[in-house]
Amino acid sequence: MKWLFALLSPLVLAAGVSAAELSPDELVKSVTEEVLTIVRNDKDIQSGNARKAVALVEVKVLPHFNFMRMTQLAVGREWRNASATQQKVLSEEFKTLLVRTYSKALTEYRNQSIEYKPFALKAGETEARVRTLVKQASSAKPIELDYSLELQSSGWKVFDIEVAGVSLVTNYRDSFGAEIRNNGIDGLIKVLQTKNNGAAADKK
Amino acid sequence: MSKRIGQVGVVACAAVFLAGCATSGNPKDPMEGFNRAMYSVHDGIDTVLLKPVATGYDAVLPNPVQTGVTNFFSNIGDLMISVNNLLQGKVNDAISDFGRVAVNTTVGMFGLIDIASDVGIPKHDEDFGQTFGRWGADSGAYVFIPVFGPRTVRDTAGLAFDLWADPLGQIDHVPTRNTVRGVKAVNTRANLLPADKVIEEAAIDKYSYIRDAYLQNRRSLVYDGNPPARSADE
Repeated sequence: MKWLFALLSPLVLAAGVSAAELSPDELVKSVTEEVLTIVRNDKDIQSGNARKAVALVEVKVLPHFNFMRMTQLAVGREWRNASATQQKVLSEEFKTLLVRTYSKALTEYRNQSIEYKPFALKAGETEARVRTLVKQASSAKPIELDYSLELQSSGWKVFDIEVAGVSLVTNYRDSFGAEIRNNGIDGLIKVLQTKNNGAAADKK
Repeated sequence: MSKRIGQVGVVACAAVFLAGCATSGNPKDPMEGFNRAMYSVHDGIDTVLLKPVATGYDAVLPNPVQTGVTNFFSNIGDLMISVNNLLQGKVNDAISDFGRVAVNTTVGMFGLIDIASDVGIPKHDEDFGQTFGRWGADSGAYVFIPVFGPRTVRDTAGLAFDLWADPLGQIDHVPTRNTVRGVKAVNTRANLLPADKVIEEAAIDKYSYIRDAYLQNRRSLVYDGNPPARSADE
């Protein structure tokens, strides 16, 4: 059996080591530039092909996100009242929702350029914030796009994204909280599943 | 002039009236029931009128032209952004904003081209609501105003001053003024079309998604992108 693992290990290492060695700002920059280069050259994504955009996000962006932490932040204090199974289902559904949102945003991308603000990491720090600016074609004010990352054994993972001061994660806290108050954690799971299934049906 | 003071008065009174309205469970949105009703009104107007017109405008107008229109109104807006920066004591920003107007109005052909950004004079985002926030005014309850969109009590008062001070309001010829304001509104709405689609995808409840995004965004704007940290549970 062991040979199987031996066979896999170079792949795991190749995928793992490269990302683990990058500092937070290098990681954000390399992923952003890679994804945007693909979008710039892909007419399908530009014209709104959701399936292709989702596939791109799943392959290039997902591995660098910590969805468990994101979901915990979005749910807030009710998180600790959820069972392990509920937490797992919640984070799966929230992941689907965020991937769809992120993919949709990519299909709306129109040649904005990204500026990476100066970044410094103090020795021993395990959380970091990478700040970027999205510059528009028109004279609209550039939009701040900030990433919060934490250091894990497999490298730095994003756990929050803020667009113009709006956290894409904690922005859900009030509506999730209201849903849990009214219909419990399973109620929230159901709402997310309905939303995700509806969105999936739209794409067909 | 007296008519314009009247306008300010009406909006300001509305803000005070709304502040005194009934309460709901959410401390940030005590008038949630009323606001949701106003949101439905807004959504109805948007669906049958604003959005279709903006979509047509977006489809017909070539991108560079649309950018020119956006730049033109943005340049006029920079004037009051400069004043608001001055009122907030940010003299350097105020001077830089005024520099933008000077450069873009001349070299940038009446603001159609945003030369200033290209030469490194950045665009800012200020209004009276932010100025009041900077002066220490609490944002107050959330208010949804049809057509104008999300506000707070403080930002509603700010909106009244924004409208009162808007250079476009100085156009004496009424049909021209209305046309210019109409084009501005349609152009603004057209610029929001991409965000619309993302919100549609993201929100499980559009009303609260827009509300919470607005409140977070305004908080960030008042502090120019560096708001004091909040506790994780807040």
